[in-house]
Amino acid sequence: MAETTTFTNATQILEPFRGVKRVTIEEYFTSGHRTCQGCESALVMKLMVKASGPRTIVLGSTGCMYVANTTYYTTPWVVPWMHTQLGSSGSAALGTAAGLKALMRKGKMKSEAINVIAFCGDGGGADMGLGAISATLTHKEYNSLILLYDNESYANTDIQLSGMTPYGANTTFSPPGKVKRLIHTRWKKNMAGLMAAGHPECRYVATVCASYAVEMMNKVRRALTIGGPTFIHSLDPCPKGWDYDPMLSHELGELAIETGIFPLYEVEDGQVKYYGKTKAIVEGRPRKPVREYLLKQGRFAHFIEEDLNYFQAKVDEMWEKWEIPAVVPFRRLDKTQAALSAK
Amino acid sequence: MAVVTPAAPAATEEDKELLISGSEAVAEALTLADLDVVTAYPIRPYDTVMQAIAKKISGGQLVAEYIVAEGEHSQFEIVKHASTVGARVFCGSSGVGWMYAMECLVVTPPLRVPMVCLVGNRALDDPGAFGVEHNDALVVRDVGWMLCWIDTSQEALDTTLIAYRVAEDRRVFLPLAISADGAFLTHSQALTMVPPKSKVDRFLPRYDRGDLLLHPDNPITVAPQANEDWVIEIRRQNNEAMARAVGVIEEAYADFRRVFGRGPENPWFEEYMSDDADIILVGMGTISLPIKVAIREMRAKGKKVGLVRLRWFRPFPTEKLVAALSRAKALGIIDRDYSFGSPFGSGVVANEIRAALYNSDRRPPLISFICGLGGREVTLEDVYKAADMCYAAAASGKSDPKTHWLGVRE
Repeated sequence: MAETTTFTNATQILEPFRGVKRVTIEEYFTSGHRTCQGCESALVMKLMVKASGPRTIVLGSTGCMYVANTTYYTTPWVVPWMHTQLGSSGSAALGTAAGLKALMRKGKMKSEAINVIAFCGDGGGADMGLGAISATLTHKEYNSLILLYDNESYANTDIQLSGMTPYGANTTFSPPGKVKRLIHTRWKKNMAGLMAAGHPECRYVATVCASYAVEMMNKVRRALTIGGPTFIHSLDPCPKGWDYDPMLSHELGELAIETGIFPLYEVEDGQVKYYGKTKAIVEGRPRKPVREYLLKQGRFAHFIEEDLNYFQAKVDEMWEKWEIPAVVPFRRLDKTQAALSAK
Repeated sequence: MAVVTPAAPAATEEDKELLISGSEAVAEALTLADLDVVTAYPIRPYDTVMQAIAKKISGGQLVAEYIVAEGEHSQFEIVKHASTVGARVFCGSSGVGWMYAMECLVVTPPLRVPMVCLVGNRALDDPGAFGVEHNDALVVRDVGWMLCWIDTSQEALDTTLIAYRVAEDRRVFLPLAISADGAFLTHSQALTMVPPKSKVDRFLPRYDRGDLLLHPDNPITVAPQANEDWVIEIRRQNNEAMARAVGVIEEAYADFRRVFGRGPENPWFEEYMSDDADIILVGMGTISLPIKVAIREMRAKGKKVGLVRLRWFRPFPTEKLVAALSRAKALGIIDRDYSFGSPFGSGVVANEIRAALYNSDRRPPLISFICGLGGREVTLEDVYKAADMCYAAAASGKSDPKTHWLGVRE
């Protein structure tokens, strides 16, 4: 029952890759999966474990990256991988990290820093599994990373809308019709901002997009190095769910950022740092109109001018009204309004 | 090389006697078993065990990760994953809390995760009730959980040690739920012999997950999509593991008696004055107390009534139970559960026993009773009434197709 003294809660120190040529050549997510042509989420998986290296355990909640990746008798995973339930990415990360910690603390397993990464889709993470992820982000004594790969629908079960599906999109649960053009009129959840704002002891939250692969890998490495529970939100263009030519995946990822719909940033110990083209927007570069992004996708083909204008106005608000642009939707009290209501 | 002489067992070899509740007895066993990871979430009455473990940890008697989850779903998922990296885990719940974890309960057996849980049996909502009913634990009876019911604090402690020994046996690797009647056992204190750690170490080996360990040194893929290609084979493997558990349980009880010098010879059920009984009543859990008292009273008046208290429900001790029950002139099965719309409207245990007797040459008349739901007291009068009806069935030689609810306002 004695506690050993050799255990430390240390993490692996993963220095950032300085440029694409310095990225390690080893792959830990390889052939053996059957994802769609142009699937960005499969690329996210590959980059995620390339960044983490071989001393990693990956837990995958139900979704595309479970069903399409791992079919019995084949596996693309070179690192140990285990399925977890749809709403359980947070619990899987926590349980795995706690198990390792207990055994190392008590001298029942060789003490070493093992990365624990749990991934979830937007349905598993932002809808069903939100509570478990939130809980895990408060357990600062266990090192784990939760990566949400967001293809903006339940893509594996036939493209049904999730809490992360953009306003107005055509999904099998929100088909545009003759009487109702728009079925889905909820605005998408702000997951990374929610995680950063709601969990003061979570030391690292970031957004990524596989169109910017080195930056993405370095954010994974940063999260794992900092330790404690950390969270990364990845926007993954999905040819099947978004209805576009698979060759455009990379370009759509770029457009999501250039239009300002999806910002690239990290929040480390409470400090916001913008990245790449998002940083340029913050510094004054004009955003591309959202229509350039939306109209390349069949899921918005039913949009009329009014819808495009509404979408544009909501994105403008993120940048012009939010106290921390595109990160948290708080606004300072308008001084003239405050003066009026005081009277 | 120097030879290390093991420390003399001396005084530490002694059992100590403590006045503790069923939940506290389980916590004593978990401490002795050197538990690694435990997850807690409050719901009465099982949560007293989590309070007792928390004290063991804060008191320094147990080193374990103690995680307070944000709901039962996470509670069970966390320990499931901790177990796959090699940790000995414990969890538990009651009533609708157990139901909230249902998804996680059904995935555990096919993953071959040997978690041990305490179900403090409680009535399901609605209406709200803290009292005992067995329906909560029974919902997992078909999906690969081993299920047993205990009756005393001593049995709670002993069964918890046996549970790890059985569940973590590589021939089994299935989860195990120990059911303790809410309040009647979880909260009731009795004198309990707590063995020394040295004895427990001789009985309970370390949990070794072997080639199923999830670790970078053993990079396996666990629980991929199998679909129609393999699912039926995996189900059959589960079934075979459950069948192998029968022998492993008998082995474990025999070893337990050898190491600790106590424990039943028959692991499966307790037989109370049933050897020569005309009428055998069957029940699970703490209902044995009023039944045993009533039996003593009835015996004093010349009525030969006995009790079989079922300990193990999964695996179900079919042959042994049939052998014990088929001697009687009539059987009265007392369920503290219900199964609406079932054959004869009977409870779960009654219909299991009917099924078990089907192939037997000797099938005594059987009457099914439901009583004590929601923690309602089971009175001596209820037991007398049941025994009298069984005597009538023995005289007529016919089973009564009606299920009788005892102690219910009409």
